[in-house]
Amino acid sequence: MATHAATAEGHATGAGHDEHHKLSFIRTYIFSTDHKMIAKQFLLASLLFLLIGGILAGLVRWQLGFPGQPIPFIGSMFSDTTAPGGIILPEFYNSLVTMHATFMIFFAIMPLLVGVWGNFLIPLQIGAPDMAFPRLNTASFWISVPAGILMLASFFVEGGAAGAGWTSYAPLSANPEYSGVHMGQVLWLVSLIILGFSSLTGAVNYITTIINMRAPGMTWFRMPLPTWSLFVTSWLLLLAIPILTGGLIMLLFDQTIGTGFFNPATDGEPLLWQHIFWYFGHPEVYILILPAMGLVSEVISNRARKPIFGYHAMVLAIISIAFLGWVVWGHHMFQSGMNPLLGTSFMISTIIIAVPSAIKVFNWLGTLWKGDIHFDVPMLHALAFVAMFIIGGLSGIFMASAPVDIPIHDTYFIVAHIHYVLFGGSLFGIFAGITFWFPKMFGRMMSPKLGKIHFWVTIFAYNAVFFPMHNLGLRNHMRRIYDPNSYEYLQPLQGLNTFISIAAFILIAGQMIFAFSFFYSMFFGEKAEQNPWKSNTLEWTAAGHPPGHGNFPGGTPHVYRGPYEYSSPESNEDFLPQGVPPEPVRRGAVPREPGFLPTGD
Amino acid sequence: MTSHATSAEQNMMVPDLTFEPGMKVFNMKLGMWVFLLSEVMFFTSLIGSYVILRFAHPDHFPEPGVVLNVPLTAFNTFFLICSSVTMVKAFAAIQKGDQQKFKLWLLGTILIGAAFVGIQAYEYSLLVAEHFGPSAAGYAPVGRGMEEGGPIVGGPLYGATFYTMTGFHGAHVSIGVLCLIFVLIQAMRGKYTAADHRGVEVIGLYWHFVDLVWIVLFTIVYLI
Amino acid sequence: MENWSWMLDESASSVGPQIDRLYYIILVITGIVFVATEVTLLYFLFKYRHREGHKAEYIHGNTKAEIIWTAIPALIVLAIALMSRGLWAEIKDPANVPADAMRVMLEAKQFEWNLTYPGPDGELRTGDDFTVRNRLDIPLDRPTVLEMTSVDVIHSFFVPDFRLKQDIVPGMAMQMWFQPTRAGVFPIGCAELCGIGHTRMRGTLTVHSPADYQAWVNEQVQGAASAAEPAAPAPATQAQ
Ligand SMILES: [Cu+2]
Ligand SMILES: [Cu+2]
Repeated sequence: MATHAATAEGHATGAGHDEHHKLSFIRTYIFSTDHKMIAKQFLLASLLFLLIGGILAGLVRWQLGFPGQPIPFIGSMFSDTTAPGGIILPEFYNSLVTMHATFMIFFAIMPLLVGVWGNFLIPLQIGAPDMAFPRLNTASFWISVPAGILMLASFFVEGGAAGAGWTSYAPLSANPEYSGVHMGQVLWLVSLIILGFSSLTGAVNYITTIINMRAPGMTWFRMPLPTWSLFVTSWLLLLAIPILTGGLIMLLFDQTIGTGFFNPATDGEPLLWQHIFWYFGHPEVYILILPAMGLVSEVISNRARKPIFGYHAMVLAIISIAFLGWVVWGHHMFQSGMNPLLGTSFMISTIIIAVPSAIKVFNWLGTLWKGDIHFDVPMLHALAFVAMFIIGGLSGIFMASAPVDIPIHDTYFIVAHIHYVLFGGSLFGIFAGITFWFPKMFGRMMSPKLGKIHFWVTIFAYNAVFFPMHNLGLRNHMRRIYDPNSYEYLQPLQGLNTFISIAAFILIAGQMIFAFSFFYSMFFGEKAEQNPWKSNTLEWTAAGHPPGHGNFPGGTPHVYRGPYEYSSPESNEDFLPQGVPPEPVRRGAVPREPGFLPTGD
Repeated sequence: MTSHATSAEQNMMVPDLTFEPGMKVFNMKLGMWVFLLSEVMFFTSLIGSYVILRFAHPDHFPEPGVVLNVPLTAFNTFFLICSSVTMVKAFAAIQKGDQQKFKLWLLGTILIGAAFVGIQAYEYSLLVAEHFGPSAAGYAPVGRGMEEGGPIVGGPLYGATFYTMTGFHGAHVSIGVLCLIFVLIQAMRGKYTAADHRGVEVIGLYWHFVDLVWIVLFTIVYLI
Repeated sequence: MENWSWMLDESASSVGPQIDRLYYIILVITGIVFVATEVTLLYFLFKYRHREGHKAEYIHGNTKAEIIWTAIPALIVLAIALMSRGLWAEIKDPANVPADAMRVMLEAKQFEWNLTYPGPDGELRTGDDFTVRNRLDIPLDRPTVLEMTSVDVIHSFFVPDFRLKQDIVPGMAMQMWFQPTRAGVFPIGCAELCGIGHTRMRGTLTVHSPADYQAWVNEQVQGAASAAEPAAPAPATQAQ
């Protein structure tokens, strides 16, 4: 075994061969093995799904804000089985709710965090020439494409798209007699099984790359926090996705060949599905938030020009969240009929997991303290992340307490909570990431003016949409109901629902500013300098926007210090990149010692 | 390698260039290890569901020998274990650079693996003929050697879990056989040498893992 | 504006005030934390905003601070968990179901609640049981136990004013008990997505004074008897 030196392989795979001859269009833009191009492919595809998910949300909000009224402008485009005359049918409403969550969680947020930043940042931040398995990386993206197409296609099959909620509780999801949906549910299941392979191959790649391909000097505790959080997230993906896949397969068999795993008619166990789903589902929650935490940590430290407060505590918090995340799944099932004794233990573990999240918030505040805060667009989004994550975290305490969960479970309070975490958290983190690394990805700056307009529209409209949902929940407004007005006691809430819907339309429209700015800046934005944010991490020292194939043509970079040495007294400027040799090396007093490791070619 | 780190500690002025080379294995092998962990979780979800359903509904699960042909599968299990041995032999041969033996043992592994899948398919066909199917509607076995039309033994959860678990294992063996065929083709082209035979090592890991899973499955499905 | 309130409506069951109390405790704690952290955040943003010639301080962290802000939240959340534990057991532990409770069978199906009452003999599963749809009528003076089953998918029996919610899983026998504290009419809803008609799977819960309850039962028994004859209207089942 000793004959295969770890690094020798790492460098043989990525760098070297392809550099000198020009690649064809297809190899460059379509079946590229370059992790930066794959990141861009994920970015464009998942932004498209973000748009689709947003449109579905808009339709849901139309029904809730203006129940029974025809959808304006596009109403006539709908078929008679979905929205005849533009009036949404209850079965279509169920599909909309289900598919909004499915697209947002699996096809927008997950790839936007893991697919985009895992690919783009990991090799660049650890000083590697590419991923450990570049071709597997290509496969990872292209496996996800048919999954997306199948999921979209399910809208057009007989019976419409899946309508049993994104959690697809059996037996509603297992038996077409109960839901009226067969083909749509089958496509939903098949699509997610396929998508699981994409996530899995990604996770294997990220983990191997980070363990084996870090540049000399890039010790574990010199790794930038985005990479740390993506590393931990990859483990969660690796171990959680196959659990879901197993469950999806069993549900698919129930739906197609009538196995009856979850069908009580033949003694199957509906709760087994819930246990499997949430055993995956809770780690999934952290898959959706940890990478955003990493991106935000980077942006906050950089824009406050100050070392991240408690770097080790931050890393430990990420790791402990990942461990605790496996023993809390039952908090989604307090009212499910699960043994109440189990409920008690899940309540205690759940409430403990709040602690590492709190640690992270305090450390972000600690980073801002005595900083030199620059309010650039990425920073605005990062700060919004912190402010909104506080709300999402605190509202989680309510449902973590099992007795208080009784009245608020399955109401809009939960909807508010999840959107404070997934939109207020993940999506603001994604915006922070895109606006921060855009110059590295596309070589141009995003317009700060449009960025600020987009930010302020988003933060106000966002809170107008989701904050009152807490109040709806406290007034016992159930989630996933097509017509709240069918309950007399919910009728007084119609005004609030209409208000939320109007805010939601503004929120969706506001995202068009981002879309415009994104594409406009890609071609006409101001040309970016080498290191526009005066950042310390390695990706900004790699020449080129983005760097060419192999990332570091001058040879593997050496890392001399941690990633957040901002305002260090060692430097005259307010930053000190990881790859800049310390004084004695620069003066030549100590040799750079290139000899003890292979430097590529 | 370590001498630099120690000298760095001695002199504060010398930069700390501690080099953590990661695991001392090549990427492909590490990647395979990581992938196999996810496979463990996949089989955990299937086997865990089986255990839960069996505890909840013991009446669905008759004694192993009642419906299943245990001797046939025991023979098949022995077969698969043999294929692990031939895989080890193949690896040992290429380590020594013995191309001829390497290819022969590899071919042996492929043949045994394919035979395992074949026997499993044959077993399935026998079971289906005895009305032991995966769907609840198709479940009506009366037990081996019992007269047709007798009382049905067990319940549909038995068929559902049996076919799902063994079927996905069979799929894994089939994929393994395909990979081994690919490795054999590469071997004919002389890709592997005594100095570099990483592909063989990696596929070997997968193959042993699949064997191990089968031993677990055989125990809980056919013996307990 | 009352729609924007964070206060809860007055509850009508014995466990209601305890759940509400716990809710308000959490509301106060999280409210304080919310204001403290958000104000700190805004203050820092103002105080340490970038100004020319100003440099951030080179601080990596502080172990003491880390310990403090790990320990304090941990203690607070553990206190909340401990406070929740007892109440949770009181509500959900089968051992705590009152022995003298009136037993009513609830069968959920797409998209209705069918409730079966013990007839005059006070025993369930006897010939004089009667069934009504989408309404639950109970006396004020004694606790009620619902024996719940579902014939198709998962439904969730939700009585907001009672702070009651319980999923009903097909194939499982579930139980839920409650003790009303005031007479009145309260809405019942289904809180788990159960199919196309989920939105209209509702009912009413009426708490009667003991005398009224007896009168209601008598009316139902007679109604059931007369319903057996042709052309008699089914009186008590609430129209959809
Ligand atoms: Cu959770
Ligand atoms: Cu229902």
